[in-house]
Amino acid sequence: MDKHVLLVEDEMNIIEAIRFLLSREGWRVDTHSDGATAVEIIRKLRPTLVVLDYMLPGKNGLDILLELRNDPDFVNLPVLMLTARGQLRDREQAEKAGVSRFMTKPFSNTEVVTAVRDLVQLAR
Amino acid sequence: MASVNQLIGVSIAYVVFLFAVAFFAERAAASGRRGWLGSPLVYTLSLSIYCTAWTFYGAVGYAARSGMEFVTIYLGPSLVMIGWWWVLRKLVRIGRAQRATSVADLISARYGKSNTLAIVVTIMSVIGVTPYIALQLQSVTLSLSIFAGPDDAGGFSQPGGAFWIAVGLAVFTVLFGTRNLNANERHDGVVIAIAVEAVVKLVALMAVGIFVVWGIAGGIGPMMERINTSPIGEWNVDRSRWVALTALSAAAFLCLPRMFQVLVVENQDERHLQIASWAFPLYLLLMSLFVVPIAVVGLDLMPAGSNPDLFVLTVPLAEGRIGLATLSFLGGFSSATSMVIVATLALATMVSNHVVMPVWLNAQGNGASVSGDVRNVVIFARRTSILVIIGFGYLYYRFSGGGAALAAIGLISFVGVAQFLPAMLGGIFWRGATRTGALSGLIVGFVIWVYCSLLPSFGPDVVLSRELFEVGPWGVGLLRPEALFGIEGLDATVHAVVWSLTLNTFAFVVMSLMTFPGPLERLQGAQFVNVFDHSTQTRGWDAAFATSEDLMIMSQRILGPTEAQNLFRAEARKQGVRGHLPEPTQAFLQHLERELAASVGSATAHAMISQLVGGASVSVQDLMAVADESAQILEYSNQLEAKSAELSRTAGQLREANDKLTALSVQKDAFLSQISHELRTPMTSIRSFTEILRDTEGLGQVEKTKYASIIHGETIRLTRLLDALLDLSVLENGQVNLNVESGRLSEVLDKSIVTAQAGAMRPLTIKRRHLDEAIILTTDLDRLNQVFINLITNAQKYCAAQTPILTIEVHRNGENVSVVFADNGIPIPVQSRALIFEKFARIKDTEGDGAGLGLAICREIMTRLGGNIRYAPDLEGNAFVIDLPRSAAMAAQ
Repeated sequence: MDKHVLLVEDEMNIIEAIRFLLSREGWRVDTHSDGATAVEIIRKLRPTLVVLDYMLPGKNGLDILLELRNDPDFVNLPVLMLTARGQLRDREQAEKAGVSRFMTKPFSNTEVVTAVRDLVQLAR
Repeated sequence: MASVNQLIGVSIAYVVFLFAVAFFAERAAASGRRGWLGSPLVYTLSLSIYCTAWTFYGAVGYAARSGMEFVTIYLGPSLVMIGWWWVLRKLVRIGRAQRATSVADLISARYGKSNTLAIVVTIMSVIGVTPYIALQLQSVTLSLSIFAGPDDAGGFSQPGGAFWIAVGLAVFTVLFGTRNLNANERHDGVVIAIAVEAVVKLVALMAVGIFVVWGIAGGIGPMMERINTSPIGEWNVDRSRWVALTALSAAAFLCLPRMFQVLVVENQDERHLQIASWAFPLYLLLMSLFVVPIAVVGLDLMPAGSNPDLFVLTVPLAEGRIGLATLSFLGGFSSATSMVIVATLALATMVSNHVVMPVWLNAQGNGASVSGDVRNVVIFARRTSILVIIGFGYLYYRFSGGGAALAAIGLISFVGVAQFLPAMLGGIFWRGATRTGALSGLIVGFVIWVYCSLLPSFGPDVVLSRELFEVGPWGVGLLRPEALFGIEGLDATVHAVVWSLTLNTFAFVVMSLMTFPGPLERLQGAQFVNVFDHSTQTRGWDAAFATSEDLMIMSQRILGPTEAQNLFRAEARKQGVRGHLPEPTQAFLQHLERELAASVGSATAHAMISQLVGGASVSVQDLMAVADESAQILEYSNQLEAKSAELSRTAGQLREANDKLTALSVQKDAFLSQISHELRTPMTSIRSFTEILRDTEGLGQVEKTKYASIIHGETIRLTRLLDALLDLSVLENGQVNLNVESGRLSEVLDKSIVTAQAGAMRPLTIKRRHLDEAIILTTDLDRLNQVFINLITNAQKYCAAQTPILTIEVHRNGENVSVVFADNGIPIPVQSRALIFEKFARIKDTEGDGAGLGLAICREIMTRLGGNIRYAPDLEGNAFVIDLPRSAAMAAQ
C-alpha cells in the first residue's frame, strides 16, 4: 500500500527530524504548518497516516481530530498525535475523540517509528 | 388662764385618745371587720389633711392681711374635687393598678420605672415639704406660747417645746406608720386618727366662728355690717394672684406627697371619690365659713400689732373663754399633727423605697434578694427616715427663726411640690412624654423654685446676699431671684409660680418631643394613658364556649398539622375520649396555651385562645403585650434579615474569590502548559537529532553539521527561555533590587542599539533626534536598557517592511518624559493588542524564536521603575511608548 504521511507541525526542526525518520522507513512525507487549513489538506491529499501536533496556529490538534472523526471517510484514518503541553487531560480528551496513538514530546525516535509501523499494521 | 401644763396634759390625753382610736381601727381592720372604716366619709375626712395648721390658723391671718384672697387656697382643691372625673379618677385608677406607693413611685413607674426619677422626686419632696413640717411645729409652739402668755414666759420655751412636739409626732408616726408592712402601704389606724382629727378641727373652728358671730358680733346681721365696714370686705382683688394661687393650690392638692397618700394610696374604693367630690368641697366651705368673721372681729378686738395668725386662739382667750380656746388649740394641734404624720409617712416611704433600700441592696450584693432580713431592714429604714424627716423639719424651724408669716411658708412649699404637676399630668394624658422630658422639667422647675422662692424666703443676707437681690448674681440684673429675666413688679409668689411652672413645662414638652421613649416607657405610657380601656380579667378559661374543632384548626396553624394532631390525640387518649378530639377542659386549655406560647409567645397565645374561648374579650393589656412580643419578633427578624444580607454578601465575596482563584488556576494551568510547550519543543528537536546522530550509520558530514547546528541553536533557545523565565519570576515577585544611578538618556539608547544590533541577521535603520535625548535620568539604567533592547530586537525580528526603519523619539511634557519606538511595519491586529504584554503572547507562532516573554518582562520592569509601557495604536506603524518615571528625568545641563 501507499505509505503517505501528512505531518501537521509548526516547528521547523521537528518537521526536519520526523521527515528524516519516516522517509527512511519508506514514507512519502508531506508537511503542513497551519491548523486552520489542516482538515482541508487532509481531504485533498488523503494520506494513509497523519502525524498531528497538538498546538498549532489557527486550530489545535484536538479540534482537527474531532472534525476528522466526524467525517465517515476519516473515521479509521490512523492519527498519531504529538503534544508538548504535557497535560494528562489532553491525552484523555484525545483518546475520547478517537486518537490512534498519543505521544508526549520529546519522543524517542524508535517510539515514533514503532508507533507508525503498528498503526499501519492495524489499518491493514 | 389655763396653764401650759394643763394644756400639755390635754394634748397628751388627746394623743392617747387618738392612739386608742388608731389601735382599735387597726385591730378591726386586721380581723376583717372594716365596716364603717372603709366608708366614703372616712375617706373624705382623711382628705382634710389638706387643711393644716396653716389653714386652721393661717387662713384667718391671711384674711386679716389680704382680704378674700385666702379663698383661693380652698378654691383650688375644690375645683380639683368637683372635676374629679377628669384627673383624680384617672390618677386613683392608675395608682391602684400600678400599686403606686407614693408620688415618686408613680412618676418613676410611668417613665419606665426609672429610679433616677424616683430619687429626684423624693429629694424634691423632702426639700419642698420640710419647711411645711417646720411650719406645723411652729404653729403648735406658737399656740402653746399664747396660752403661756407674756407673764408666764419662764414656764415654756418655744424651741424646747417644739423639740418635744417633734419627738411626740415622730413616736406617733413610727408607731402607726410602720407597725406593719403591707404591700399596698395602707394605714387604717392612721387614716381613722386623721379622720377624727378632721372632725375636731372642723368643730373647733366652727365653734370659734359661732362664738364670734353670735357671741361677740351679736348675730348675722350685725356681723355683715362689721364685715362691710372692715377693709377685708373691700374685695380688692389682684387678679393675677387669684388665678396663680388657685392654680397653685389645685396643683399642690394633686402633687403634695401627703395628699397622694390619702387620695390614692389609702383609697379603698374608687367610688369613694364620687362622694368626696362634693363632700370635701363642702368640708372646705365649712372650714372657710367663719374665717372672715373671725378675722374682722379679731382686727377690731385685738390690740394693734397682735399676730392675726393666732386670732382663732386669742379672740376666745381675750373673751375669757378658756374651754373654747382649748378646743381651738386642739383643732390647731389636730391640723398640725395630722399633716406631719401623713406627710412624714409619705416621705419616709419614698426615702426608704427609693433611696435607702436601693443603696442597702447594692451594698449587700446579690445575696440578699428575699430573706427574712429585708422586712426588718425596710421597717428600720422607714423608721429612720421618719426620724430624719421630722428632724429636718425641726432644724428648719430652728434656723429659719420662726419669723415668717405662716402663709408664706405654706405657699413656698406649694410651689415646690407643684413642680411635679407637668410630669404627672403629662404622664397620664400624653403618651409622648418621656423620661428625659420628665427629668428635665423637674430639674428646671426645681432649680428655679429653689432660686426664686426657697432661698429668698430666708430673707436677704441669710443664704443669698442682699446685693444679689438688688443687682443679681455677678451683677446680671436679668438673673435677680425676684425679678427673673427683667420681669419686675410681679408678686413674689406669682413670679415664682409662673417662671418655675412655665419653664418646667417647656423643658418637659420640648425634651419629650426630642427624645424617644424606651420600650418599657412606651408600655407604661400606654398603661397610664389608657388605664380606663383596660379590662381586668382573670387568666382562667371558661371552657364552656370553646369547641375542640376551632382549637384544633388554630393549633394546626401555629404548631403544624402533625404536631397539633399528636397533641390533641394524646389528650383525647388521656381523657378516654374516642376519636382525636378531646373535651376542651380547663386543664387542656391551659396546657394548650403553654404549648402555643412556646411558639408564638405567651401574650399572643393567651389572646388567641381567649378569642376562641369567647366570653372574655382581648384586653388592651393583652394587646400591648402582643405588640411588645411582636416588636421583639420584628427586631429578631430584622436581625435575621441583616444576618441573611450579610451572609449573601459573604457568599458573593466567596464566589468572587472562588472565581478569582479559578481564573488564577486556569491561568496557572495555561502558564504551565505554555512553559511545558516552550521547554519541550526545543528538547524534542535536541533529543530527536541526538538520536539520529547516534543511531544512523553513514550520515554525510553536511548532514552531521546541520543536525549539530540545530541542536546547538535549540540549546541556546532553551537557555534564553530559562533566563527570561527567571527574570520574569524575579520581577513579578518583587525580589528585584533596583540599582539606581544617573546617566544620559542618549547614552542609554546608544548602548541598547549596539547590543541589539550585534549579530542581527536583518538590517534595521534607526532614526534618532539626539537633541531631544539630552536628558539626565536617575533610575535603574540597566533595566531600562533591557527594555530598550527588547523593543529594538522586536522591531528587528518582526518588522515586515522591506526596509525596516525604527524611529526613536523623545517627547517631553513638563516632568513627563516618554520615549517612542515606532517601526514602519504592519500594526498589531486589534484583537491581539490587549494580549501583547501577557506572557507567551506571540502574534504569530511561526515567526521568530522568542517565547513571548519579552514584552511581559518589559511591562514588569517599567512597573518596577515607576513608569509605564504601552502600545500606541494611533501612531503610524508599530509604536510602543515608554513613559519614564516622573522625577527620574531631568534636563541635562
